[in-house]
Amino acid sequence: MTARLVTGAIDPAALLAEVSGDGHGATVLFLGTVRNSNDGRPVDGIDYTAYDAMAVVEIERIVAEAVARFPGIVVAVEHRTGTLRVGDVSVAIACGHAHRGPALDANRFVIEQLKRRVPIWKREHYLDGTSEWVDPTRPALEATP
Amino acid sequence: MTVRVLLFASYADAVGKRELTLELAEGAVVGDVVAHVRGLAGGTALPPAPLLAVNAAYARAHQPVRSGDEVAIIPPVAGG
Repeated sequence: MTARLVTGAIDPAALLAEVSGDGHGATVLFLGTVRNSNDGRPVDGIDYTAYDAMAVVEIERIVAEAVARFPGIVVAVEHRTGTLRVGDVSVAIACGHAHRGPALDANRFVIEQLKRRVPIWKREHYLDGTSEWVDPTRPALEATP
Repeated sequence: MTVRVLLFASYADAVGKRELTLELAEGAVVGDVVAHVRGLAGGTALPPAPLLAVNAAYARAHQPVRSGDEVAIIPPVAGG
């Protein structure tokens, strides 16, 4: 099991290798990438910051919960911090299992819990030169055409 | 007793500090840390009941704090 915060580029192939196994009939990889717009505003990049010590522990807790829910699952998670550009991978989650059902479900479980619980924040930089901390608890603005 | 307080992201920007040290009376709870920080310049940008962590684990406002604890006031998380 792997739970890491990294400051350099995430290597999905390395994560896939960490969850590989001869008994695995299914491997699922989720990549979260920086999108070029949010709430209708063109995005130039994102600065990610974290409460590093707690973020790693919280990801480990989530992975342990995934193992309890989906026996036999093997999970590797990396989240990147620092300044990312559009298209960069911010988070990668790889899950390996004997069967596709648990592999798919565990992957979904881990990303949803990560977004809900892990103390990581992002400051979006917009093409107009402004920037803002993203607050997912605030209702989204209507996207402007 | 002394506790170390960590602020992040929008909360750190509002108060202008990422870290501070507080002297609290014996018997203090985590919520007392929030009340203190909200009393600082810029502190009213924090909600009255933000997410809290003690020593890297989520905690409730009524949880007691002990000398040497690291209390984090956690803005809405936005990882992924």
